[in-house]
Amino acid sequence: ILCRYLSESLKKSLDETVQKNDVVLFMKGTPERPQCGFSRAVVQILHAQGLDFSKVQTFNVLEDNELREGVKEYSQWPTVPQVYIKGEFIGGCDIVLNMHQSGELEDLLLKGGLVEES
Amino acid sequence: MSAGITKEHLEQTLREKLSADHVEVTDTSGGCGQNYDVIIVSSIFEGKTLLQKHRLVNDAAKNEIAQLHAFSQKTYTPTQWVELSNKK
Repeated sequence: ILCRYLSESLKKSLDETVQKNDVVLFMKGTPERPQCGFSRAVVQILHAQGLDFSKVQTFNVLEDNELREGVKEYSQWPTVPQVYIKGEFIGGCDIVLNMHQSGELEDLLLKGGLVEES
Repeated sequence: MSAGITKEHLEQTLREKLSADHVEVTDTSGGCGQNYDVIIVSSIFEGKTLLQKHRLVNDAAKNEIAQLHAFSQKTYTPTQWVELSNKK
């Protein structure tokens, strides 16, 4: 139980990943084939926002247990999916859904130049 | 794997650790007890961002969440909760 998953090298590569990519999504499965309802919900919301998925760097945590546990430690967030936008941790499914409904997510994506005004 | 977290246990943990006025836990697992939806109303959410509020909840129920398959939360301040109830 005391073993730590977040090695220095993984931390460094996560730092680089979230800084270099506009949108990073850690999920169960792939955008084409999500393997959990929460991950699917986040993919659907990002699609609904009109986000171009070529701008989204996704990682399937089911294929990499070190990543699955490491990303939880990195974000200090206990669950997957996890969304990063412009280097900043946004949250999991509940937060993304809530921000989608309130319009905050659209504002954030517009501000970052990731979607166009409809 | 442990036998799982009971609804009552989760409810009590959240109520105590978050000084919540109101906690509603719904078991969405169909009885196996590993999937919960929770609504929490507490004045400690006042002035916090959504991420900060959810972090408070995650922190309070850290040990419990680790044992669940799924956990979904809605957090409200007492004022928001009254507004929401009036809308219904």
